[in-house]
Amino acid sequence: MPFTIDGIAVTGLEGDTLLSAILAIRPDLGALAPDPRRRAGFCLIGACQDCWVRLADGGRVQACTTPLVAGLAVLLEDDGERW
Amino acid sequence: MSAGATIVVVGAGPAGMAAARVLAEEGLRPMVLDKAARPGGQVWREPVGEGEEPSLPGHDPSQARRARTAFLELARDGRLDWYPSTTVVDLTRDRLWALGASGAVDSTGFDRLILCPGAIERILPVPGWTLPGVYTSGGARTALESLRCFVGRRIAFVGTGPLLYLVAARHVAAGASVVAVADTARLHQALAALPGLAADRSGLALAARCLAALRRAVVPILRGVRAFAVEGRHRVEGLRLETRAGPRELDCDAVAFGFGLVPQLQLLDLLDAPFRFDPESESWLPELDRAGRTPLPGVYVAGDGGRIRGARAAELAGERAALALLEDLGRPVDGPRVARLDRELERQSRFARALGRAFPFPRALEEAIADDTVVCRCEGVTAAALRAASRAFDADEINRAKALTRCGMGRCQGRLCGPSAARILAGARGLDLASVGRLRAQPPVEPLPARARRVEEETAA
Repeated sequence: MPFTIDGIAVTGLEGDTLLSAILAIRPDLGALAPDPRRRAGFCLIGACQDCWVRLADGGRVQACTTPLVAGLAVLLEDDGERW
Repeated sequence: MSAGATIVVVGAGPAGMAAARVLAEEGLRPMVLDKAARPGGQVWREPVGEGEEPSLPGHDPSQARRARTAFLELARDGRLDWYPSTTVVDLTRDRLWALGASGAVDSTGFDRLILCPGAIERILPVPGWTLPGVYTSGGARTALESLRCFVGRRIAFVGTGPLLYLVAARHVAAGASVVAVADTARLHQALAALPGLAADRSGLALAARCLAALRRAVVPILRGVRAFAVEGRHRVEGLRLETRAGPRELDCDAVAFGFGLVPQLQLLDLLDAPFRFDPESESWLPELDRAGRTPLPGVYVAGDGGRIRGARAAELAGERAALALLEDLGRPVDGPRVARLDRELERQSRFARALGRAFPFPRALEEAIADDTVVCRCEGVTAAALRAASRAFDADEINRAKALTRCGMGRCQGRLCGPSAARILAGARGLDLASVGRLRAQPPVEPLPARARRVEEETAA
């Protein structure tokens, strides 16, 4: 399943969540402004809210409960300055 | 919508699916709202991909599959209305608002409500617990059993409770490298709880299987851990333990930790339902009768969202709450069936209480949380900030401390940090834990994207 991280084309597996697809490629999800701490999910069941990520279309999703769909464009190293 | 009473079930885990089935079989056509795209909740979550599920200790995928299949058949036949990918964000006594699969917030009125929101892992803030690579043990379990992956190459399990051993044993069975199971409880506590644990022989047998699997894999089991800290700069590089035999360093790249489960109370809290402090588990629990009725007319709670008793009990509790609802509607219910459920649930309650004594929460570690440890990971609030603010402003109540520090005010609304924040506040002010209260839920109980509100306005216009 093709998707992009910060504009770079990558692939995940069908059945991946957005979180598992990202963590198969890199160790974390980046930071979520205004907190500079890097995150990689925590509860993996949609409760702790630690894995929200930004999408290129301006949306935000919880990575651990979002199924990976082809073409998803996620922004991880964007520190939110363009809010 | 069904003729007569509109009944909403929130959550499609073991409890919600069982409740919905009873109501559907009575022809009441409940609405079932669930955050996930597929039924099963967390514990009976559908695994991804094809092929045989691996054989794991105490893991019976057929039971979960049966429940999911029965639920999906009722949905397909129009005997219940299933709303997957639907997150309830606000609630009053007769109406709820939910973020649906379309991205829009919709609302529905109801006459009766069965809440089956499930539980979240009890955590303990320690140095390094917010590093990438630290997961709850339930999270590690989700990765293994649903996503079929491991959270790391070398995983350390630390905390206390049956889930820790179960998940570690299942990782070993699936071929993961488990570097240790480090338990803050002591063996004599488990042994003292044995008479109570005998209430569920199959549960005891499962415990024995898990321990045997860990022993066969030569996984060190360290009991009576006095303190621990996760090490690493940008991600997990190790786990430092204070054991009864001295300090110990574990080489690992992931940590799975947890201290048992606590119910997710946010939705019920929005209704101003009464809660009571349970001194045994030192947690706040909703007031429920044994059938799952809250003191609010027409509002029921079932499963681990009410009482932590595990999946099998949750399924029975869902059935029991639905029968209570039928009874309250004036419908005839099968007396012996109710009696049998009550007996079995009572037995599961005894087992759960014994588990609580076998794996007590390490109160001393929580009282000793270091000043520079982050307590609230959403807002980055340290123990020092909580202690200083509570003293400077004579804050004796946890919601006041929240207003002063933002502890528990972030995205998760204190689901994770709430219990520890209360303990820190109580310690700083010299009060007992119950008297500082608990964090109140605020709508929306889950983050709501700004665009979702716009869609609602368009729909309403």
